[in-house]
Amino acid sequence: MGEINTNVAEDETFDLSKAESILEKYKHIRGSLIPVLQAIQFEYGYLPEKVIDFVSGELNISVNEIIGVATFYAQFHLQQRGKHIIKACSGTACHVKGAKQIVEKLSEKLEVHVGDTTKDKLFTLEEVACLGACSLAPVIMVDEDVYGQLSHNTVGNVIDGIKS
Amino acid sequence: MEKNNQHIKFVVGLGSCGIAAGAKELYEELASKMGNNCNASLSHTSCNGMCFKEPIMEVFYPDGNYLMLGNVHKKDVDKILEPLLSQGAIDEKFIIENSRQPDKKEEFRQKQHKIVLENCGIIDPDDIEPYIENGGYEAVKKVLNTMPPQQVIDEIKTSGLRGRGGAGFPTGLKWQFVRNNTGEKKYMICNADEGDPGAFMDRAVLEGDPHKVIEGLIIGGYAIGAEHGYVYVRAEYPLAIKRLKSAIKQATEKNLLGHNILNSGFSFHLKIKEGAGAFVCGEETALIASIEGDRGHPRLKPPFPAASGLWGYPTNINNVETLASIPWIIKNGAETYASYGTEKSKGTKVFSLAGKIARGGLIEVDMGVPLRDIIYTIGGGTSSGKPFKAVQLGGPSGGCVPENLLDTPVDYESISATGAIMGSGGMVVMDEDTCVVDVAKFFLTFTQNESCGKCTFCRIGTKRLLEILEKITEGRGGMADLEELEELSGKVKDLSLCGLGKTAPNPIMTTLKYFRDEYVEHIKENKCRAGVCKELIKFSVIEGSCTGCHLCYKNCPVDAITGEAKKIHHIDQKICIKCGMCYEVCKFDAILKG
Repeated sequence: MGEINTNVAEDETFDLSKAESILEKYKHIRGSLIPVLQAIQFEYGYLPEKVIDFVSGELNISVNEIIGVATFYAQFHLQQRGKHIIKACSGTACHVKGAKQIVEKLSEKLEVHVGDTTKDKLFTLEEVACLGACSLAPVIMVDEDVYGQLSHNTVGNVIDGIKS
Repeated sequence: MEKNNQHIKFVVGLGSCGIAAGAKELYEELASKMGNNCNASLSHTSCNGMCFKEPIMEVFYPDGNYLMLGNVHKKDVDKILEPLLSQGAIDEKFIIENSRQPDKKEEFRQKQHKIVLENCGIIDPDDIEPYIENGGYEAVKKVLNTMPPQQVIDEIKTSGLRGRGGAGFPTGLKWQFVRNNTGEKKYMICNADEGDPGAFMDRAVLEGDPHKVIEGLIIGGYAIGAEHGYVYVRAEYPLAIKRLKSAIKQATEKNLLGHNILNSGFSFHLKIKEGAGAFVCGEETALIASIEGDRGHPRLKPPFPAASGLWGYPTNINNVETLASIPWIIKNGAETYASYGTEKSKGTKVFSLAGKIARGGLIEVDMGVPLRDIIYTIGGGTSSGKPFKAVQLGGPSGGCVPENLLDTPVDYESISATGAIMGSGGMVVMDEDTCVVDVAKFFLTFTQNESCGKCTFCRIGTKRLLEILEKITEGRGGMADLEELEELSGKVKDLSLCGLGKTAPNPIMTTLKYFRDEYVEHIKENKCRAGVCKELIKFSVIEGSCTGCHLCYKNCPVDAITGEAKKIHHIDQKICIKCGMCYEVCKFDAILKG
């Protein structure tokens, strides 16, 4: 889990309207913090600090508690991510079928470490515990598409395919 | 079941694994090439379990003939479409089953018995009608019209059904507890937070037959007296969520779900909660905390969720597969269900077969079938043809079962006696190229990451266990480390609150029990016989075999290989990062790993 993004300048004008409409829907529902954060992340791509402040005020939950929840779950991100999210599976079946080499190849090709975003903001490389497509191991998921039966020779083609 | 008297019907399997293998492209290509051919129609279903044959398509002819084709890709459509339409000859390599060749039966289908998976890969999961045509929602009707809630619970008790999430608690008894507790409200929850790496049964059921799970939830809700339900499903399963949402909508439109179901006076409202990625949320109390919007920390039991669960109300939580067994039991009778399986483990169990297995996929067998039958008869042995080493059962909470225990029957008690657990049903097969110490390290990396941090021994103990395993795999271990692993494993097990910590040492304990010699080899001889632990292996060129083809030279990511074309190449050990790329690409077996 990354550090809180402190790069957002204080005076930057931030569009809170999407967050407002999300909260309008969930404000009065009990236990809605996680769905609210999920919806915000879907809209903004991550959980911006200003939006967290806003949510805190609206739901009457301390920022501390929200960050506690956001950093507990692997799904939430406090930093801006790439246009495409690559989730390299590191589940058991993928592990015994060479998932490590797939991640190394991706890391080398994209010139990023796991968890980081490429300079052109096109890709974020992440590892995920299991994608549940074990019989096609090793697999990766790019956004919502799963690519299976990969090798270090073919995984690069997936990236090239998306780029073009 | 796709039957029609006028058309040839093409059905393509569009489950997550099928799509990943190219089934969607196949479907689109068929759609475009078929065009307006009025003699044929095209539809889709989900996974039929034969993941190793994906993409799969079936053809139903008006005359009753039937074909199942596997490994069919977009590029093959031009070749096969015409003969398929005219019932001409098809390349044998595609044919899995053919009604005109009754002897040609796919071995993968032997010894299987489908109850939970009866509709998976057969019906269109996006449409409620085929489910209803196949007897869907009849169990709900039977229960609402003819069975008082207590009778439903008694029926489930008689069936002997036990929780399929791993622990194996009797489902009927669990329902009884919640029924006996009074509350202004009660909740019925489906745990679809399938977090075990290497397991995909729940995903396949939700993608392939979502209504069956909904039906199980309605029946459970009725039995315990709950009018509200949740399905807590992993966000990593987008297709399962999509199909479940659509199924809930369609069932509600038909008044099979929602207010006053079929005018019975019973209402049941169902919502989906997407899990946000935390393995520990598979634990009941952590799952409840997560639905309530908090960090998913497990809490001390009692009170059990049956007494005080979601928002403090009596709550029942069942796994996907458990719930998907319910409609069948109600329709076919508890005795029939209980006639399958063993004395203490009744019915069938779904397993996902993966790893180094020739025929990987989703299977369902009667409880009590020996592991050997699953791995060899159904799975076809190892994919590499190399000797089998172990099968990992139960994910991070489970353990590795070696070759000499393969006659163990799959039932809760027998599997536990090996030191592994039945778990949710993930089976990952390993051959001699898998290092068991590395596998133990892999699982500890996982549990150490996923520990919620509440209990000291789970939070810090798993970290220390992982560090010891790292030492051993990097050639820095000593024999005293083995004793420490055993001692600390016992403490983590005893001093953790929930199942995650209590079972986290299992992968270490079982590998130490059955493969101690491999640990000792790592420590005393600095040797990893599987050639996995990087620090203990080196790659070199076998001079007699090297043809100087230059392929390794071209593929080496760090330019550690030197040599001119058609001359023997060399690997500079100082530069080599032991990625194994040269070993993988060499066509002449001229790279020595060891």
